[in-house]
Amino acid sequence: MGILEVKDVNKRFGGLQALGNVNLSVAENSCHAIIGPNGAGKSTLLNCLVGKLIPDTGSVMFDGQSVLGRKPYEINQMGISRVFQTPEIFGDLSVLENMMIPIFAKRDGAFRMHAVEHTENEKEIVEQAEQILEDLNMADKRHFHSASMSRGDKRRLEIGMCLAQQPRLLLLDEPTAGMARADTNNTIDLLKQIKEERDITIAIIEHDMHVVFSLAERITVLAQGTPLVEDTPEKIKGHPKVREAYLGETA
Amino acid sequence: MFGLDKKDTSLLIIVAILTMLAPFILNPFPADSAMAQFNAGYPDLMQRFVIFGIFAIGFNILFGLTGYLSFGHAAFLGVGSYAAVWMFKLLSMNVIPAIILAVITSGLFALLIGFISLRRSGIYFSILTLAFAQMSFALAYSVLTPITGGETGLQLALDDPRILGASQTPEGNIPVPGLFGMEMRETTQIAVGAWEFTFNVGYYFCAVIMLLSFYLAIRIFRSPFGMMLRAIKSNQQRLNYTGLNARPYTLAAFVISGMYAGLAGGLMASMDPLAGAERMFWTASGEVVLMTILGGVGTLIGPVLGAGMIKYMENIISKINSDILHGWFAFMPDGLEDFVVAIVYPFIGKGWHLTLGIIFMLVVIFLPGGLVEGGQRIAKAFKRRKSDDASGKTSTEPAE
Repeated sequence: MGILEVKDVNKRFGGLQALGNVNLSVAENSCHAIIGPNGAGKSTLLNCLVGKLIPDTGSVMFDGQSVLGRKPYEINQMGISRVFQTPEIFGDLSVLENMMIPIFAKRDGAFRMHAVEHTENEKEIVEQAEQILEDLNMADKRHFHSASMSRGDKRRLEIGMCLAQQPRLLLLDEPTAGMARADTNNTIDLLKQIKEERDITIAIIEHDMHVVFSLAERITVLAQGTPLVEDTPEKIKGHPKVREAYLGETA
Repeated sequence: MFGLDKKDTSLLIIVAILTMLAPFILNPFPADSAMAQFNAGYPDLMQRFVIFGIFAIGFNILFGLTGYLSFGHAAFLGVGSYAAVWMFKLLSMNVIPAIILAVITSGLFALLIGFISLRRSGIYFSILTLAFAQMSFALAYSVLTPITGGETGLQLALDDPRILGASQTPEGNIPVPGLFGMEMRETTQIAVGAWEFTFNVGYYFCAVIMLLSFYLAIRIFRSPFGMMLRAIKSNQQRLNYTGLNARPYTLAAFVISGMYAGLAGGLMASMDPLAGAERMFWTASGEVVLMTILGGVGTLIGPVLGAGMIKYMENIISKINSDILHGWFAFMPDGLEDFVVAIVYPFIGKGWHLTLGIIFMLVVIFLPGGLVEGGQRIAKAFKRRKSDDASGKTSTEPAE
């Protein structure tokens, strides 16, 4: 029984069957990649996991609890953090403030009227945030206006913000899309480091096979809304069905 | 000091000094001189400066921090005024209970309107608040006449109960609002040479409350709550996926800023105990938006500056008439004088809106950060010149 169990999930947009009978089980503390050609339903599946979309039928269980019908912030509080395809950070805020917000969310829950104390007097939060920035090698950037950073740094910050919540499941939606090679490699190294140092489950959607094969322990191939195969990276590489789905070859 | 860092403390102290010395600062011209019409140091106008300052500070907590543009904030001002006048009618002429009721009533009203309006964001939120404010105006103007006094407005009468006070003064007049025996309209004039300075109890009462509101606003801006509000403005999607529920945060900001508006409305009624529906009209809501943008959205001091500027123009420029213009340009030859007066005339008197519009346009185009940004640029230019001077003296090396 995995930490994330997706059973018989269907999702239709008008006449388009975006997801058809998707079954997926992500084992705890593993790194599971979901790959597939454009339009395979990868993002739809991810959106069903985080509460942005509600599947027509089927169930999504996280750690024995259903996530369906819950709001994104509630699902996040259950322990699922999400990294977006384009880095979503608080662009108007400083890097340090960006890092403090998830720590506040972890400590105080979804809402707390905390309107009189000076933010800087929240010593433990500031320290924790600075510690994470230190780990990410971003300590020198903590007073930067975060919108003005490079895409690689924004991605690093976003991943750091997700980690600050100590999630049990980290969802990554094409984390290296549109990145320069050096930034991509940095991101891979960062994710490898996270995997080694923490008890964390990672589910990653990715186009870049280099990223997938350097990180994933298991891979699910999605095509036209249905899982084609699920196996270890070695077996996926040579699988005829995968070649067919990706390259359009008839075997 | 006061739980603020050094920069904010000095800002607060500067504002405190300015408001306390306002009767001097706003009357820089001798009473008999030709420039005396530019003096703004009379009680009525000074009170308006600080009251609208409070209104704009509160509006800025919502608009400046969360980015939610409410176009119906005057409704809360109006509700506050009505509540305060009712307190004068029923309880006593002491301003404290009136102001407390004004704040509570407008807070509850803001809770209701905010709960509904905040289901939408962006333009839809603005339209919803505008619709609510216009509905409130229409109700106050017609259906709710028994509570609001309808077209004539809500006024005090000789036969009001005033349980804790007197219905009438011994002379048979309606009593005036006061603070434990100190009347709000009490005014002392001090003449220093050719200058005349006016000190008014009501102004100082409002000024102290404005300083408290300003202090509270700084605390909110610097608190984790304020940070969350800025996060909402910056990226609501990220906030949702970071485990935070934006709704209660925006609603709390909306209610706080509604209470600020109610406080301003209560103070207006305390200075002059009548309330009319026109205070809720949509132009009044638009005015506070202008004040905030003119001064600088999201800055601490900006809204106060914007409020001061608009109220100054409304009261001073609108009083200039064509005779005064002819007086100014009398030194010119006749034909030219008439020509210049004809050119300037549309911008004064009732045309002050035109002047305001032009200034507003210039500020939005050239100083998107409002008057505060203007001040910052000037300060920066000064600093640069200073450091240039310094480096010029100490070294002869090129700057780069």
